[in-house]
Amino acid sequence: MSLLSVEDLVVRHGLLQAVRGVSFTIERGETLALVGANGAGKTTLLRAIAGAHQPAAGRVLLDGADLTSVPSHKRVGMGIALVPEGRKLFVQMTVEENLLLGKTAGRPGDWNVDKVLEMFPNLKPRRHAKTGHLSGGEQQATAIGRALMSNPEVLLLDEVSLGLSPLIVDRVYAALQGLIASGTTIILVEQDLNRALAVSDRVICMLEGRVALEGPSKAVSREDVTKAYFGLHRKSPGSVPA
Amino acid sequence: MSAVSTSPAIERGTATSRIAAIAVAVIIALLAIAPHFLSAGAVDRMTALFIYVILAAMWNALAGFGGLVSVGQQVFFGLSAYFAIRLADAGLNPFLALFASGLIVGAVSWPLSLFMLRLRNGEFAIGMWVIAALTHLLVNLDRLVQGETGTSLISLNAYDAGARRAAIYWLALASMTALLAILFGLLRGSTGAAIRAIRDNEDAAASVGVRVTGTKRLLFVLAAFGIGIAGALWLATSITFQPKTYFNVQWTAYMIFMVLVGGIGTFEGAILGALVFFLIETWFGGTGVWYLVGLGATAVLFSLFLPRGLWGTIEERFGLRLLPVGYRVRFPATADGDATPSPQQTTPYREKA
Amino acid sequence: MSNQIIQGILLGGYYALIACGLSFMFSVMRIINLAHGSLAVFAAFALWWLASRFHISPFVGLLIVLPLMAAIGWALQRFLLERSARGGALLPILTTFGLAIVIDNLLFEQFGADTRSLAPYIGSLSYDSWEWPGSIYVGKLAVIMFAAAVILLGGLQLFLTRTRLGRSIRATSEDPDTAGLVGVDAHRANAIAASIAMVTVGLAGAFLGMRATFDPYAGAPQLLFAFEAAVIGGAGSLWGTLIGGIVLALAQTLGAQVHPQGFLIGGHVAFLIVLFIRLSTSGLGLRGLLRLPTRKPT
Repeated sequence: MSLLSVEDLVVRHGLLQAVRGVSFTIERGETLALVGANGAGKTTLLRAIAGAHQPAAGRVLLDGADLTSVPSHKRVGMGIALVPEGRKLFVQMTVEENLLLGKTAGRPGDWNVDKVLEMFPNLKPRRHAKTGHLSGGEQQATAIGRALMSNPEVLLLDEVSLGLSPLIVDRVYAALQGLIASGTTIILVEQDLNRALAVSDRVICMLEGRVALEGPSKAVSREDVTKAYFGLHRKSPGSVPA
Repeated sequence: MSAVSTSPAIERGTATSRIAAIAVAVIIALLAIAPHFLSAGAVDRMTALFIYVILAAMWNALAGFGGLVSVGQQVFFGLSAYFAIRLADAGLNPFLALFASGLIVGAVSWPLSLFMLRLRNGEFAIGMWVIAALTHLLVNLDRLVQGETGTSLISLNAYDAGARRAAIYWLALASMTALLAILFGLLRGSTGAAIRAIRDNEDAAASVGVRVTGTKRLLFVLAAFGIGIAGALWLATSITFQPKTYFNVQWTAYMIFMVLVGGIGTFEGAILGALVFFLIETWFGGTGVWYLVGLGATAVLFSLFLPRGLWGTIEERFGLRLLPVGYRVRFPATADGDATPSPQQTTPYREKA
Repeated sequence: MSNQIIQGILLGGYYALIACGLSFMFSVMRIINLAHGSLAVFAAFALWWLASRFHISPFVGLLIVLPLMAAIGWALQRFLLERSARGGALLPILTTFGLAIVIDNLLFEQFGADTRSLAPYIGSLSYDSWEWPGSIYVGKLAVIMFAAAVILLGGLQLFLTRTRLGRSIRATSEDPDTAGLVGVDAHRANAIAASIAMVTVGLAGAFLGMRATFDPYAGAPQLLFAFEAAVIGGAGSLWGTLIGGIVLALAQTLGAQVHPQGFLIGGHVAFLIVLFIRLSTSGLGLRGLLRLPTRKPT
């Protein structure tokens, strides 16, 4: 059984349909990259999986269990953790407090504050600093650490490199590589196509709320993804219109 | 109704609203001659109703249209009555004093608004209450008022009881009509668009250049003036002035009840709410404390389960509009559109004013 | 004069007690509960009823009334505030105002218009005093009240910073949406916060009953005191509430010196002056006044 499956998911923001009938599955230990232009529905999809948006139709299943009526905080307890776009740290609280909040759901596992600080050594001296005073890279590290503290089975990463300098992005991805190696299941949204293809096993390209392309990251060409990204694939014969 | 054109039509009045306009004129005319037929008691009750309508409409102007919920509006009610006492004591004709005091209260509210309108939501609500409490205490210091003992508008007693009753009735009717007309005019005019924009989203309104503070100030001063007039009229009907009665937060409770029940943010709703309140008071006012418990409980229930009030709900359900202060878009029935609302459906009538 | 200043400072303890629940609820849920004062008076009546009917000392009675208040807080949040807060920022004002009217008049229905006091049920504590150097007499009750305020505020501060539940409540107050995404049950955190606030209200009601008299309509002035102390002190830090309470009490004391009816006027005027100064320097509304962080857009 797939660890996580999304079936015909539809999510609306008022009258706007942000996600229009998306389906995919992800196996344990797999890394899935979600790419697509701004407004393609990637963030909404991740937030719906995490329980921050109620879908208008369709289901999200974790280990075969339907999550539709499960609120976001309970999904954390079931093993889904989201690193939200824009980091969304509690800026009035310290790094340590933010990390400890990740433990609220109380899932067993070996993540703790020290292990996170081990993974992100740059946070060590900032342990008791309010996160509002941190640099972007430190904030991102805290946000990832906070999600890891819940010992997730599935980690959802939404644009973790947004607004960071290339050097810091390298550091964040180096840390992610460790996670991937350890067998954590990851869905990541990433604007940088090369990075997304390099780090993932499989890639899904979204266009206007639908899946425009899906395939193993090694097998799809950059050109295919670019076409799907801009919707050019529709004209080519044989491809399924989304 | 036929809809031949394919583009949506924008309209102001409806057939119903034109009938309503005629009905309003007839009702006012009937009310104007009513004292000739009504008993003295009935005339007094009708006067009270007019005052309630003023209170409801003015609180609605402030909260429903300006987004400013105040629980201290009794300050204008009491202050105006106090000024009327003071002016009459200084020798002014009591009837003139009633209006002069309303004007003074309106004038006083202007500098007050500079200060209070910088508060938001709950802060503004209780801030106004503090102002009311302080004003009450300060009025008590005036020797003329004799503390909580109070005083009377004695000079009004010079007039014959019957003529006085009718005169106050007409004054109340005229004040109500004039204040409602001012409010209606404001809402229909260019200010009305600003008011609705602020009501729907204050920040967005400000960002597209709506003069948020200026518009709110206008409503604040209008509400102060109107409630001041109501306070002065109340003094005229009851003659006696006890600060505790006039500065009682219960006045605001009544206003909130009327507007919540009638329909906050709708012009007709406040009037309907005043009518409902008037009837409830007539029937249950005698039950004393349970009556007040009922008012409070009704307000809670409406705020939780029917926040748009009676009129707001009717309007939404039936697309009914008697006194149109806004515009509405009417979608024509088209052949292809399964999602296109038919004229019977009221979903497109989103604008609420 | 120094005697009066000390009495004023001690009275500030009471105002801090009544204010801390109001500002706590505002900082967590962004709701100003207009039934705050009425609920304090309700607690005072509950204690009075237990004392007069069953001869239960008000201090023992707190063991019954405080859990009751916690339950009321929970129910208040779950059934009233949560629902009404969904309708925007203005609706909770109307809901809680309606609730205040209901509570006040039900109390009137049940207990009549007479003013009551818990003083007769606490023995000599209501008038006992200690003599301090300089022939200053301070009431034991006033000192206990002040100490209770300090302990309560300190305890609350520790709870919020040192416990998991406290962190959850702070996270919810900062960003309820994200709190859910890290595993915090925001509904539960808010309900617990409301319970805690109501326990402080119950305690404040007890001291109101012990130090003074109360009647069914005494809730409104208590709400105003609480609001004034919270605004003067700035609710960003709980200790600010204590300072706010003391400033309010001192202003009232000063007002009473100036004019026999100046007690309340002094407090209101001090509040307005502080408000005016803050508004002319910050201009950010109460969020600025209370020095609270602006909530992140959700």
